[in-house]
Amino acid sequence: MRIASRLLALVVALPVVALAQGKTIKIGVLNDQSGLYADLGGQGSVTAAKMAAEEFGNKVAGMPIEIVFADHQNKPDIGSSIATKWYDVDGVDAIVDVPNSGVALAIAKITADKNKVFIDSGAATSDLTGKACTPNTVHWTYDTWSLANGTGKEVVKAGGDTWFFLVADYAFGKALERDTSAVVTANGGKVLGSVSHPLNASDFSSFLLQAQSSKAKIIGLANAGGDTINSIKAASEFGIVQGGQKLAGLLVFITDVHALGLKAANGLQLTSAFYWDRDDKTRAWSKKFAARFNGREPSMVQAGVYAGVMHYLKAVQALKSKDDGKAVVAKMKALPTDDPAFGKGTIRADGRKIHPMYLYEVKKPAESKGPWDYYKQIKEIPADQAFRPLDKGECPLVTAAKK
Amino acid sequence: MTTHGVEAKPSTAAEVRIASRAELRSLRVPIAILIVVCLVAPFLVYPVFLMKMLCFALFACAFNLLIGYVGLLSFGHALFLGGAGYLAAHAARVWGLPFELAVLTGTATATVLGLVVGWVAIRRQGIYFAMITLALAQMFYFFCLRAPFTGGEDGIQGVPRGKLLGLLSLDNNLTMYFVVLAIFLLGFFFVFRVIHSPFGQVLKAVRENEPRAVSLGYKSDHYKLIAFVLSAAVSGLAGATKAIVFQLASLTDVYWSTSGEVILMVLLGGLGTIFGPVVGAVVIVCVESFLAQIGGWVTVVQGGLFIVCVLAFRRGIIGELARVLHRPL
Amino acid sequence: MTTVFGIPIQALFSQLLVGLINGSFYALLSLGLAIIFGLLNVINFCHGALYMLGALLAWLMLEHAGIGYWPALILSPLAVGLFGALIERTMLKRLRGLDPLYGLLLTFGLALVIQGVARNYFGVSGEPYDIPPQLTGGKNLGFMYLPNYRGWVILVSVLLCTLTWFVTERTRLGSYLRAATENPLLVQAFGINVPRLITITYGLGVALAAFAGVMAAPIYRVSPLMGADLIIVVFAVVVIGGMGSIFGSIVTGFALGVIEGLTKVFYPEASSTVVFVIMAIVLLVKPAGLFGRTT
Repeated sequence: MRIASRLLALVVALPVVALAQGKTIKIGVLNDQSGLYADLGGQGSVTAAKMAAEEFGNKVAGMPIEIVFADHQNKPDIGSSIATKWYDVDGVDAIVDVPNSGVALAIAKITADKNKVFIDSGAATSDLTGKACTPNTVHWTYDTWSLANGTGKEVVKAGGDTWFFLVADYAFGKALERDTSAVVTANGGKVLGSVSHPLNASDFSSFLLQAQSSKAKIIGLANAGGDTINSIKAASEFGIVQGGQKLAGLLVFITDVHALGLKAANGLQLTSAFYWDRDDKTRAWSKKFAARFNGREPSMVQAGVYAGVMHYLKAVQALKSKDDGKAVVAKMKALPTDDPAFGKGTIRADGRKIHPMYLYEVKKPAESKGPWDYYKQIKEIPADQAFRPLDKGECPLVTAAKK
Repeated sequence: MTTHGVEAKPSTAAEVRIASRAELRSLRVPIAILIVVCLVAPFLVYPVFLMKMLCFALFACAFNLLIGYVGLLSFGHALFLGGAGYLAAHAARVWGLPFELAVLTGTATATVLGLVVGWVAIRRQGIYFAMITLALAQMFYFFCLRAPFTGGEDGIQGVPRGKLLGLLSLDNNLTMYFVVLAIFLLGFFFVFRVIHSPFGQVLKAVRENEPRAVSLGYKSDHYKLIAFVLSAAVSGLAGATKAIVFQLASLTDVYWSTSGEVILMVLLGGLGTIFGPVVGAVVIVCVESFLAQIGGWVTVVQGGLFIVCVLAFRRGIIGELARVLHRPL
Repeated sequence: MTTVFGIPIQALFSQLLVGLINGSFYALLSLGLAIIFGLLNVINFCHGALYMLGALLAWLMLEHAGIGYWPALILSPLAVGLFGALIERTMLKRLRGLDPLYGLLLTFGLALVIQGVARNYFGVSGEPYDIPPQLTGGKNLGFMYLPNYRGWVILVSVLLCTLTWFVTERTRLGSYLRAATENPLLVQAFGINVPRLITITYGLGVALAAFAGVMAAPIYRVSPLMGADLIIVVFAVVVIGGMGSIFGSIVTGFALGVIEGLTKVFYPEASSTVVFVIMAIVLLVKPAGLFGRTT
């Protein structure tokens, strides 16, 4: 009976060793489906990927396209084992999305080791195109440097010259703090201190009290998603904003503003790569998305998944092959990008996708015509200024090319 | 906790050795089956998945030593699994130690941690012991969360597998599998040997009737502590191996949910049986992998299994099988 | 600005306040745990999950039935208490007489199930629950800012703990409970329905946890995992206070909350581990806990 139970266990497990790579283009959407970042990516990213595949009629170079998805639960070990299994056993060719910088860094390495393709839309750490860059990674949408440069610079220029940071204690939070501190000091400001909190903390009161006692003019929130929302709520409860200090949300998504409400969020300045109401093209695409996704307008992460998958398929079509990850990414860098969400752009040698970034301010309740009408544009940061200069990133691909 | 294995009744050390060899001989069929299945499996099933099963099976065997044979329920064994994993990963990646030394580093760490935790926790028994181990393990979790070398939420990534004894590259999954299998069998037989030894006999005596054992002159606390440290060491071996195989050491391995998982594995497989922990580990890893598509329901199923096992299935799979076959398993 | 050991006094008192609030929850939860352990000899691992359930029910009542905070303070503990009584009747009863560790494992399994189901339906990030309008705002006391709701939490916790202690130690019902802990057979021989007493006690202990949950909802978000990490700290509190002692649990709960708050001011890195360090020290010096009776 023990033999039987063991055999049964083997059958139930089912991850049988894969034979030769299949003749399907398989794209895996790996993100947080149930936790902190589920709203800004989640199933919306899967919808976005499917929309991109449909633009090509679900077939490229004679190969049908299949979209699969999984939940990494913001844990690097779960993300790693899903990615390894996808690549080794399930014949997945490209992984997209991956919010949570810790998981993204792990996926980037695994993808490079197995020569597949990794198009990140959700994670923020600028290390993906810096120290940890690989020839198989493309970093779409945004990163900590562009956010720091957008929001950070503007806030300091407007008079917020002393800062205290509330940092999410993982790769993203630390990268965001590092990049924003650099911008603050470069523009004449001073960083008075910082405090780290665990991911998905439930109570921010003690951290905010430390921020309050520092007497810094600006409290920089180097966190995202639910953590940012909770910090803002707790700050209002403890009278921090009434006390004269201002909050700077360094990474705020439209889904966060939707959850907070305009009453709590108005006046917040944020940098974003995409806003559904920016121009006719984005409006048209977003309308199609919202029709398929419960009337919710897309976040910049979901838009990035759409655009990234589109460009990947364009490259595969041009090469007529998908098997060599390095070659596909090289083709993606060679071809200029053009899509309704981000307009025209390029992908640099270090894997960084280049497009303009935009500084927005959250509208007051009176200024908004309805749900999702939340932003007014303050400034467009041109593409050549929006991202970290190529030579400052310490990306080994770039330094090697120079020699 | 009382268990339901069948015990022999030798009295001198020599008789114990003979009895242990006899027991080993009587178990030769199940052991042979185990070895054959393990040798054939990697050609049928994804080796990485099998290695996960082996590491957890070893962890479960180590845990079973403590609960099945000493009667102590530790709710913090993740401390040893994860702690060893972190040190082994750090040793391999930062200090550049080869595979076997990295694993040894991890195991040594777990042994030391076992000594410290055991010394504090052994003072109390039963439920208190469980709560204390849980609290200490949680303390260790918070330490790992903040300590810079563990990488916090990101964990230690990109751990190289390296070469075995400087010769055999472990990057190939199949090679790695056989190395892990060797480690598992080593640990498994070590635990078996500990149980069937004069030391193991005293442990059983302490579990059955501690005041009596003390009155016979055995320092029960010392025996319990040694058993605890041995259990911690083998758990550390499992954890160190796991970290190198998966090339990642993360917070999940030190979180109390992992401690709960190993308890479930041993409970489901059969407390105090030889093969129970192995079977339990295999079943739980398969269930989790099968349910991974449904994501969040894994914990619900685990909880359900706990409830069912405690209310109606206390002997576990192997325990029931042993009862039916009227022989120890 | 005055400073104490280099820390501005405002920060010190604010952190102490936060500590006292955390302490209130520790005290309420360890109280329920101590009562249940005292009578049933069961470590109720699902105490944290039932605390969460109390908060979740309050949120659900607000979202779907428009029932506000004040009625929820009564209704939610009532519902969860009944649920607890059901658990005791159907499951815990069968484990009477077995090794108490089985009770621990059963309640652990229950905790996993309750938390898992909640997580699947409500997600991990949690839901907001507004402070009732009567308790919003705060007072600037000069040396610190006291949000009204947090003051209310402390007040209610102290009252409830005192009430529970009084009932257990000074009333007839309490004396039956304590007697039944010592010798259930004898007490049953006197004609007291001990099984029913046990079921009621479990229900009450669990209701206490749910009440704490409703109180916690406006401060911490209502999240399916809100009880999971908290329960382990509560275990440590109970071990420090001494398992058999109700008074010990209450005092230790508040004291540890304050100590944790102080640690956050002077040595923030250690704030999450200080409770466990104290537990280890107490165990080495006084294994039965500070107020415990040796069993």
